[in-house]
Amino acid sequence: MAGICDKVAIVGMGCSRFGERWDCDAEDLMLEAFREASEDAGLGAEQLDAAWFGCYFDDASVGKSALPLANALRLRNIPVTRVENMCATGTEALRGAVYAVAAGACDIALALGVEKLKDTGYGGLPTGTPGTFTEQWRPNTSSPGSFAQLASAYRARHRVRKEDLKRAMAHVSWKSHRNGAINPKAHLRKAVDLDTIIGAPMVAEPLGLFDCCGVSDGAACAIVTRPEIARELGKTEMVTVKALQLAVSNGSEAGHQGWDGSYIHCGRLAGQRALAEAGVRNAKKEVDFIEVHDCFSITELVTMEDLGFAGEGDGWRAVLDGAFDRDGETPCQIDGGLKCFGHPIGASGLRMAYEVYLQLLGRAGDRQLPSPALGLTHNLGGEPARCVVSVAVFGRGD
Amino acid sequence: MTRPGIVDAAAYVPAMRLDRQAIFAANSWANPALKGLARGARSMCNWDEDSITMGVEAARRCLSDRPRERLRRLYFASTTPPFADRQSAAVIGEALNLTGNLAAVDLANSRNAGLQAFCEAARGSDPALVVSADARLARPGSAQELQYGHGGAAMLLDNKDTIADMVAEYRLSQDFVDQFRGSGEPFDYRWEERWIRDRGYRAILPTLVRGVLERAGLSPEQLSRAVLPAATPRMTAALAKGLGFAAERVQDSRLGDVGDTGAPHPLLLAVDALAQASPDELILVAGFAQGGIALLLRTTGKLPEWQARNARRTALSPPRVERAYTKYLSFSGLLPMDFGMRAEADAKTQLSAFDRHRAELTGFIGGRCPVCGTVQFPRSGRCVNPECNAEAEQEPVPLAEQPGEVSSFTQDWLAYTPHPPLQYGLAATAEGARALMEFTECPLERMRVGLKLRFVFRIHAIDSQRGYRRYFWKGAPASGEEKA
Repeated sequence: MAGICDKVAIVGMGCSRFGERWDCDAEDLMLEAFREASEDAGLGAEQLDAAWFGCYFDDASVGKSALPLANALRLRNIPVTRVENMCATGTEALRGAVYAVAAGACDIALALGVEKLKDTGYGGLPTGTPGTFTEQWRPNTSSPGSFAQLASAYRARHRVRKEDLKRAMAHVSWKSHRNGAINPKAHLRKAVDLDTIIGAPMVAEPLGLFDCCGVSDGAACAIVTRPEIARELGKTEMVTVKALQLAVSNGSEAGHQGWDGSYIHCGRLAGQRALAEAGVRNAKKEVDFIEVHDCFSITELVTMEDLGFAGEGDGWRAVLDGAFDRDGETPCQIDGGLKCFGHPIGASGLRMAYEVYLQLLGRAGDRQLPSPALGLTHNLGGEPARCVVSVAVFGRGD
Repeated sequence: MTRPGIVDAAAYVPAMRLDRQAIFAANSWANPALKGLARGARSMCNWDEDSITMGVEAARRCLSDRPRERLRRLYFASTTPPFADRQSAAVIGEALNLTGNLAAVDLANSRNAGLQAFCEAARGSDPALVVSADARLARPGSAQELQYGHGGAAMLLDNKDTIADMVAEYRLSQDFVDQFRGSGEPFDYRWEERWIRDRGYRAILPTLVRGVLERAGLSPEQLSRAVLPAATPRMTAALAKGLGFAAERVQDSRLGDVGDTGAPHPLLLAVDALAQASPDELILVAGFAQGGIALLLRTTGKLPEWQARNARRTALSPPRVERAYTKYLSFSGLLPMDFGMRAEADAKTQLSAFDRHRAELTGFIGGRCPVCGTVQFPRSGRCVNPECNAEAEQEPVPLAEQPGEVSSFTQDWLAYTPHPPLQYGLAATAEGARALMEFTECPLERMRVGLKLRFVFRIHAIDSQRGYRRYFWKGAPASGEEKA
């Protein structure tokens, strides 16, 4: 059967401290993340066969091409590929490395994602161009504005009162802040009460300040190889990749009325494909915890439905019932999520995988969940109507 | 050869009306004498409006659902064209989808340009569209700032089914400089009002009025209505008396709720006169600037039918009072507000890409898939319908006049717009085209999924670095939605 389930093991991961890293360049963040992964794997840069480098912005950051990674780690002139696929960039780097190993094209590969966002001079993500024709008619959107529309369409479709949805969205952020407060690598490490969240200034109706994730600098990476090589390296406890899937919009959501804007079409597809690849029949029962793309509170809420962790139209109630709190049915953003880590775009997907890796190996310290066996990560790039969604599933491979 | 008459006419005044008390309150420290002018409100362009967009809107109202194929002549008159070298009439013609052999003419440099355009249009025998719009700036704290307003008007001339016929015309050219605006200067410079009154209005207008009446063989008391250049009611009353007709026959100059719009003003007031007139009335329309123009029109039996249509059009943009004077200054480019670093983004337009997509961008033309019939924007090589995706040449479909509806929305305080928050979302047209669009003219509290839209031609972005601006269509609340 086609697929990569259990064909690739992660033998080492690293994650820099996320935050407003006024102290360092993107290159320093890459070194910080790689140092940890290298020690974890017991492998040095000279043992890598190939590398995938994820980075989204090239202005006020590292510039284009794979050179920044090769330079920062002084890689031994191995093949390095730069990937960019909006907010799924980090997972896309991992997909490149994992596919290469699974295909037998190389033995040991590195996936590293980094983003230096805090050299722009302002809050929020910088804006990019959608292309020379599109920019002549599309509104000048922002990320919160793009995702805020989910809320308007979700309310209209499921007839949810504005106040109820706002309360559920607030719960999403409240829960993540509570989780992030105890994570030493998180950017925002403070619990925030519900009234503060609900009463925060509006960024893009109905998203207030606390409905938005932070913006920060960070890097994360993974060293992957085949399970048999991992065992040769002396790894007894092992995390393997169960699934790595991607779904990309083809314009039909934005341009055809078949989609009502209340859910993420590609999120559903990527989720279904990944769960099938991992052999998961019932996500709610079999997946122990999840790290999803909570760029905005409403995104996480809708994603719970798209991935099958809540029934359609029930997501807001499930959130309010605590289904995704750390002691809930499916703990979500146990590390604090994008909400507390911020969203250095190239790094986020690998940062999520890092938490899943730690949890599966029982190394998550204060955040450790009781013996989880299967974890899922999810990235959503672009905007609901035009997006790139990645879903990965990881489990114990030993 | 029959002279063409007016078959349709429409005015467009932006919904935003700046409270003159707000202007006075901000400037009284410098000029307390402005108090005398601080009554009512004046019209102001939204940030995304200019002479071209106002002209397009007036023209659309004027043409309504009339077939446009026969129209081969388009005149646009303005003293504030957005480009010194890019023909406004060509932009307006494409926005109206007036394709094929259009003779597009711009008239400028005179407050009489609107009437001049009308006279030129009336010279031909084939149908012609006259459009005029102005958005004049005034020095902050000046009397003009309170007296001016922004607006436009359009008239369609043709030989049959006229609502008013041209009886006579009288023109006078005289380099009387009551006010002027040097090339590249933002503001008008005006001489003393008493001198303008005595040596301008009182000297030139009687010549014009007597001249046109004499030419028609008519006498002043036969006039039912008279459109006279915007001046104080007292001045126009005295003029009427001197000319031999009752002051109440002088058409209200709309100084109270609009202001003096400049080149389009005589046409805009003529629309008012037509809206209030009965069939078989004689209407005088006079304009003043470096001499002047006077026209005599006689209404026909078709007028009441048009009046019903016109009333519906006027309801399309009900006035909204604006009290933020700094908003007006900022929209006018007179106050460099801080919109943050996001406002620094380059708004350069790739002209070659624009040219490839002109019909879509200016004319709002979408495509219809010949296989499944799905209407879409933009037109594409492969159908957007996920059940079809056929690769087939799509038939062009005009979308601008289709009703629309909001499918999703946000009010975004982060994305840059000169008028925060930026409102946008997915919008659908009646035939099923769907696209992410900007919304304009919608009070924040009225925005909702399901809001009915009417599409309007507006400025999409201003490239201040290069002096360019690009236009596209936006969704505005449809008539009747304002009260919802």
